Amino acid sequence: MSLITARRASQVFFTALFLWFCAAATLGERFTELSGWPVNLFLELDPLVALATLLSTHSLYRGLLWALLTVCVTILLGRVFCGWVCPFGAMHQFVGWLGMRGRSLPARLEKNRFLPAQNLKVLVLAFFLAAAALGPAGGGSLWAGLLDPICLAQRSVNLALLPFLERLGVAARGEPRLAQGALAIAAVFLAALLLNLHRPRFFCRFLCPLGALLGLIGRFALLRIGRTAEACSGCGLCERACEGACAPTGRIRTPECVVCLNCLADCRHGAIALATRPSAGGEIPLPDPGRRAVLAALVSGAALVPLGRVGGSTGAAWSPSLVRPPGALAEEEFLARCIRCGQCMRVCPTNVIQPAGLEEGFEALWTPKLDFRAGRSGCQHTCIACGHLCPTAAIRPLRLEERLGTAEFAGRGPLRIGCAFVDRGRCLPWAMDRPCIVCQENCPVSPKAIFTRAVYPPVRMEEPLRVGEAGGERIGLAAGRLEAGRFATGDYFVQLASGRRIRIRGHGEREIELSAAIPDTELPAAGSALEIAIRLQQPYVDPRRCIGCGVCEHECPVLGKRAIRVTAENESRHPRHRMTL
Amino acid sequence: MRPADPLNRREFLRRAAGAGLGITLAGGLSGLAFDPEGPAGLPREEAKTGLPDFSLPGTAGRLAIARGAERRETLGLALRALGGIESFVRPGDRVLIKVNAAFASPPILSATTHPDLVFELVRLCFAAGAAAVVVTDNPINDPASCFALSGIGPAARRAGAALVLPSEGLFTPVSLAGGSLIRNWPVLTGPLAGVTRLIGVAPVKDHHRSGASLTLKNWYGLLGGRRNLFHQDVHRLIAELAVLVRPTLVVLDGTTAMMTNGPTGGSLSDLRETRTLIAGTDPVAVDACGAELLGKRPGDLPFLGAAERAGAGTVDFRRLAPAEVST
Repeated sequence: MSLITARRASQVFFTALFLWFCAAATLGERFTELSGWPVNLFLELDPLVALATLLSTHSLYRGLLWALLTVCVTILLGRVFCGWVCPFGAMHQFVGWLGMRGRSLPARLEKNRFLPAQNLKVLVLAFFLAAAALGPAGGGSLWAGLLDPICLAQRSVNLALLPFLERLGVAARGEPRLAQGALAIAAVFLAALLLNLHRPRFFCRFLCPLGALLGLIGRFALLRIGRTAEACSGCGLCERACEGACAPTGRIRTPECVVCLNCLADCRHGAIALATRPSAGGEIPLPDPGRRAVLAALVSGAALVPLGRVGGSTGAAWSPSLVRPPGALAEEEFLARCIRCGQCMRVCPTNVIQPAGLEEGFEALWTPKLDFRAGRSGCQHTCIACGHLCPTAAIRPLRLEERLGTAEFAGRGPLRIGCAFVDRGRCLPWAMDRPCIVCQENCPVSPKAIFTRAVYPPVRMEEPLRVGEAGGERIGLAAGRLEAGRFATGDYFVQLASGRRIRIRGHGEREIELSAAIPDTELPAAGSALEIAIRLQQPYVDPRRCIGCGVCEHECPVLGKRAIRVTAENESRHPRHRMTL
Repeated sequence: MRPADPLNRREFLRRAAGAGLGITLAGGLSGLAFDPEGPAGLPREEAKTGLPDFSLPGTAGRLAIARGAERRETLGLALRALGGIESFVRPGDRVLIKVNAAFASPPILSATTHPDLVFELVRLCFAAGAAAVVVTDNPINDPASCFALSGIGPAARRAGAALVLPSEGLFTPVSLAGGSLIRNWPVLTGPLAGVTRLIGVAPVKDHHRSGASLTLKNWYGLLGGRRNLFHQDVHRLIAELAVLVRPTLVVLDGTTAMMTNGPTGGSLSDLRETRTLIAGTDPVAVDACGAELLGKRPGDLPFLGAAERAGAGTVDFRRLAPAEVST
């Protein structure tokens, strides 16, 4: 097997593995579900995720240690991760190959020429690392997730490609999953892929911050691509399909080389080798974006976080609509870790975790947010899946006992992600004289956080009712009519002057049948006004019990803008957001 | 032809024919697509009226009350008192078991039908010669989570039953003749296709709005669409369900009753060991009997009287001379 075939096989394998891990990252025991697959593998192999979180949190969480493997391989062999492993890189290479088909040799050579603009990716890297390192109080913000190739690909597959396929009826389990703003996520993904038609591996060459990082790490690579002096005729064929545009013909730019080995295969003189000695044509071991440009990128990256928070998004002006998943850290620490990979959203069994759009501010873009209308249910209070999948512990892994506030956590009470509020202007029993309390019924905690108080207001009648003959379980009407069946629902009562209420069992147009006899002493006099009352159970929320799961909001029959809504008030993760004593 | 060439006859005819064809096509297509009315309002979907009656002639009014702590034993006892599972399931029957899987809640919290009961009932149906047994519900929480966490899914599969999770294609609009609420309403009819026997299995639960969630309330789980709206007239809705759904048999599991905080429960302190399992062919009588486990009288539950008046059963269950057995 030639090296090229091996490289292609490796790319196909890792891309398939990546897609499989995305698809399998749903809760369940079956082979096609989570069931033990290392679905975070690619994110954990990503040294940029590791380095950025290391800078922002001064720690390396769990599986992120795997990045060390990539670092070691890169130190030994250069950017083989880019050329052999990275699934996003493989997709770029494939689209680039499509775009180059049928082009003449000079055109190909032109498209694979090194351009100084390739140094841009180093600036992107500097910008993101500065943002991660130099936030307020040392904790930066992980904007790197926006352009990190693994995060970008994972997010795009999780939140755009897979939901899109499910919508087309492919591999759907039950109703297709929803993803808010999938169009924007897909647009970024597609734009990155389509740019390869302009130049192969456009994203990798010009934008990829991970590629820039690996280029720097791999500058002393033990085995490097290079030219041997003896045989080279200077024909330039080696640049025909050079993926990294690293100029193997001349002074090779080692940090640009993605070890695709096309030059090795294309050279007809055996003048290119993977060797330990430096290239005969000379090497440029470092990218050259210019000191001033790097400085500018660092400064603007460092300014990014404080500038983005000038509006107070993590302080006084925090967004109450930004309800984070259970176990999410306090907002600043959360933003120091969240890489916007969409794993929490993919694994969420109720699809209630959704990518935030720009409505929550640019810094929260595509971070997880609970949307109780879009989900299949609220946030199930016995579920802790998201925190166990989160690769950076932006949502920390909870034990069920901690979430429920049992065992050693009994003193702290259950974890709260928000609090429900009844909108009395929209709630049917509060505003519309209609029984309902679906919210109370569905409240999953015990004792229920939603409780009711019964009231018996008089029913609005078009014309007044007057008593005719009354006795036993019957009241005849002398005036007024009853709309057929309206008061026979079990919720209506006759209100006697004594204060006693007797439930209406059934009625005709002018006669009422009660479920119990009227005591003789309380019989209404003929000609007196008759009052019909409706029993309404009006919902209230007990903030000591409410955990903000949003099941009530999800089930509320006032569908558009719900009559009971959860906001982030009282959430456990922020003592500052506490609402009650 | 170069542009400078004069138009010859052949070319003129060719162009004229092409132009004529183009105009005819454009005109024809416009004519075909022409719509002088504009769109109509909501499409009217023709609803099926009613559901098949699964009750068996000659078994009306059978009722058994079994006392004991072990569900598989009390179910066996109760069924024997009713004449044996064989009098309800015959060889070749296709049985649908409607469980209550409303919440993603573990069996110990008794918010859902107990998996032991599901397993035993499926086993008995197969033992009686059933050709197929299907278990279904349209839960409130995420269906897959509900069937998994409640243990109903694994129990059903272990016993050999097929599990049907609701999906849009399984609902068809149904109207109840003479009903005022169930009009053109999506009902989970998909799993009913080809079914010859229907068995409802529900736990005994407190329910704040309707008073109690028993076997009649369990049919709520066959409804789809915006069924939450029915809470506004819940008693009438349950009475209509009692008329719409005529099961072969219902089993009410009061081994553990949810006394408070229903229908979700969530704590062991909401439960009480009431050690009773009720089975029968008259769901109204079964529920009237089960209400007592919650400390309620039938008069406290308006849907029972309404169901009786609609001809769906008997509230005064003692009139049916229930067989009382115990382990």
